Amino acid sequence: MFASRPTVHRVLPGFGLTLGLTLFYLSAILLLPLLALFVRASGMGPAQMAALLMTPRVASAFRVSFGVAFAAALLDSVIGLLLAWILVRYRFPGRRLLDAIIDLPFALPTAVGGIALTTLYADTGWIGAPLAALGVRVAFTPLGIFVALLFVGLPYVVRTVQPVLADLDREAEEAALTLGAGGFETFRRVVLPPLFPAILTGQALAFARGVGEYGSVIFIAGNMPGVSEIVPLLIVVRLEQFDYAGASVLAGSMLVISFGSLLVINLLQHWTRRRHGH
Amino acid sequence: MDTDRSLGESRLMRALLILGGVTILVLLLLLPLIIVFGEALAKGIGAYIHALKASDTLAAIGLSLVVALIAVPINTLFGIIAAWCIAKFQFPGRNLLTTLVDLPFSVSPVVSGIVFVLLFGAQGWFGPFLQRHGFHIIFALPALVLVMLFVTLPFVARQLIPLMEARGSDEEEAAISLGASGMQTFLLVTLPNIRWGLFYGVLLCNARAMGEFGAVSVVSGHIRGATITMPLQIEILYNEFNAVAAFAVASLLALLALLTLVARRLVEWRYADELAPSRAG
Amino acid sequence: MGIAISKLSKRFGATQVLDAITLDVARGELLALLGPSGSGKTTLLRIIAGLESPEAGGLTISGKDALALPPRARGIGLVFQHYALFRHMTIAENIAFGLRVRARRHRPPRHEIEARVSELMALVQLEGLGHRFPTQISGGQRQRVALARALAVEPNVLLLDEPFGALDAKVRVELRHWLRDLHDRLGLTTVFVTHDQEEALELADRVAILNGGRIEQVGPPRDVYDQPASAFIMEFLGEVNRLPCRVRGGKAWLGENGPSFDAPHLADGEAFAYVRPHEIELLEADTLADAAPRVRSLSVIGPRTRLHLDYDGHIIEVDADRMLIDRMALAPGGQVGVRFQTMRIYRPAVTRPV
Repeated sequence: MFASRPTVHRVLPGFGLTLGLTLFYLSAILLLPLLALFVRASGMGPAQMAALLMTPRVASAFRVSFGVAFAAALLDSVIGLLLAWILVRYRFPGRRLLDAIIDLPFALPTAVGGIALTTLYADTGWIGAPLAALGVRVAFTPLGIFVALLFVGLPYVVRTVQPVLADLDREAEEAALTLGAGGFETFRRVVLPPLFPAILTGQALAFARGVGEYGSVIFIAGNMPGVSEIVPLLIVVRLEQFDYAGASVLAGSMLVISFGSLLVINLLQHWTRRRHGH
Repeated sequence: MDTDRSLGESRLMRALLILGGVTILVLLLLLPLIIVFGEALAKGIGAYIHALKASDTLAAIGLSLVVALIAVPINTLFGIIAAWCIAKFQFPGRNLLTTLVDLPFSVSPVVSGIVFVLLFGAQGWFGPFLQRHGFHIIFALPALVLVMLFVTLPFVARQLIPLMEARGSDEEEAAISLGASGMQTFLLVTLPNIRWGLFYGVLLCNARAMGEFGAVSVVSGHIRGATITMPLQIEILYNEFNAVAAFAVASLLALLALLTLVARRLVEWRYADELAPSRAG
Repeated sequence: MGIAISKLSKRFGATQVLDAITLDVARGELLALLGPSGSGKTTLLRIIAGLESPEAGGLTISGKDALALPPRARGIGLVFQHYALFRHMTIAENIAFGLRVRARRHRPPRHEIEARVSELMALVQLEGLGHRFPTQISGGQRQRVALARALAVEPNVLLLDEPFGALDAKVRVELRHWLRDLHDRLGLTTVFVTHDQEEALELADRVAILNGGRIEQVGPPRDVYDQPASAFIMEFLGEVNRLPCRVRGGKAWLGENGPSFDAPHLADGEAFAYVRPHEIELLEADTLADAAPRVRSLSVIGPRTRLHLDYDGHIIEVDADRMLIDRMALAPGGQVGVRFQTMRIYRPAVTRPV
């Protein structure tokens, strides 16, 4: 009648079942395929892997993918900050509509964005034509990749900065103004610092997305080896040549970069939360 | 404090900032959207409809729908199960599990595709075995579905987990104390509380399932009439310089995207409406 | 046939939340679990309900081993601190829930459920509100819905977790009387958790005081108030004055020549003497008083007066009748005689600011 009880007994039912099903599904759909990738990639041996990664074509593809993604993320953080600012701080007609449009690159399928951007920035396009007249070619050059990644990464920055900006303590700004700081000074010293982690997080998210982006980029890129070829395309090319090992190595390195970015982003988000006091 | 000119900036400054922001938004984000419809209708409504009725295109639309119809319910079910497990219980490894669920988000689409080629392709782990027994996975519908399952795995779960965590388990505990079984508790108490999050998650999952390009491109084999989804069809038509047709198909997906955006606004508006829940349906 | 708790222990991580708790609740009794936050009272209630399980110990409800049973088989009705009403169901649907989810063979027919719901709504005085949603009614009304919902399943034991914690003072007092009334009418064994000593003392048949996972004392409100078993209880239940004293040979002395009081169970040494503000009698300064401290300040609070007296460097508070003060013409700076009617001596392990 008076017995001792073992420890973990949960009130809500279904723990065992849901955990089991979740783990099973994740293993089958997610972990097994990823495992196959790592096994295949490691089948190559470190010396060969290094050799592959250093071939000019591959090296240049990495440079393009990384370099352009980084530059686009950087510019996106500036534009994103501007947009977040006017959406949070100002009231003007059409603000809500604009706010909704920010999400467009999130929702629009990449192929749709890809052909639209190509048409827009081609030498005959609405934006491409005036630029071509000025001697600037966008489509089929790395600049095209840049614009595409700009498009794709923008919402990440805006949606990461917006809530933090909205929650800022306005009284600190008011205090700065009453103490004699000008608008720009106040912005630089009082507003920007607490926003910094959020901006970095948004940038990291945009970068991570940009490095692996495929659909939005391959139409506008031109895909010339050594100039405007991105790593994802390289993987597809290798696959079509049945070079599974090579493709796996490239895919594996992209995966490692993804996981690395995920870790960095998590740390940044943690930092944002701590700074922000959430 | 006056929301406008919050830093004491001049009216001119404010106007410039707004103008600058709006211009960038229009140029960068809005124009591509407009182009889609502009090019699709460039040769008139007749040509638009004609392009959509081409047999290859109809087959692509059909295939996209079929894949979505299979993948979305499965991942919705998974999302609900995973959310219940993660949101309602504390256990070691919970954070790791949440990260795993989020993983497909950070994987490049091409990588998502190649992992299945490595499993089921001609030189894959299971490929030769399955081929000998007549199962065609790669370059056929099953591969498309598998890839879609991988890519859209997080969508429903990501909506439900924070929602269920925010709601807490008080009502579920009350239901249990009143004698409800686990299933009754979930259906009668939890589900009504998460229905809008679930709806939006399913919508997002569906939009991604129909619009996924990179991953499908790798595993599909581009077999006309059999393994070409809408995004792939867009690529084919575009590369054939058939701009109107390509944009016509693109416009359908663009409309789906706009629908998703509108639904999100409505759902957000709805959440704030918790104060006076209506009884309609 | 009520509740028998035997040596129940529970820890959360490194904290021993409940330490070998033993308590009996008689059938039909209204028992209060009183204590400061962190004392383990809510955990104890949840263990009785079946929402937590202990590491060790036994629990029987109505004669059956409750630890072997899930919540619904224990015959309990639980009212949550924040009500936990189903926000997407109407009041009527909330109350009917426990009946509707029963397995088919135990489920009453629809009209019977509806009749029971109406009956309960009348009992808790919420007639006519059945179609409303929880967000459309007041906090006090929600509390009553939670109660009706718990009663609908005809429990043998009613458990309430801080039932009035989230309500306005006035509503709280009204509901207190109403709950007592309800209990007297229904005769259900009831256990309720509270940190409000006034509530516990006013409502309960017996009060169990918890502190740091242990039961310090159980008894009728009067006993607990008049004969507190420890300094903690003395301090927890109402205002108290504390003066240092010295125990010698079974007697506690307030000063060298000060008054002395019986302290038969304490060994010699330092200790503290506790007395309540209304247990200090005021006399003329030159009579046979225990002492003659000076008045530091006077505040009139309605019909009573609160005096602060300087007793040997310690400030003590006296609660006295206003007319008496007027008659004695007391004012700050003057002297007044005090006689301590009862003094309780304790040697607490920990002293808190009083």
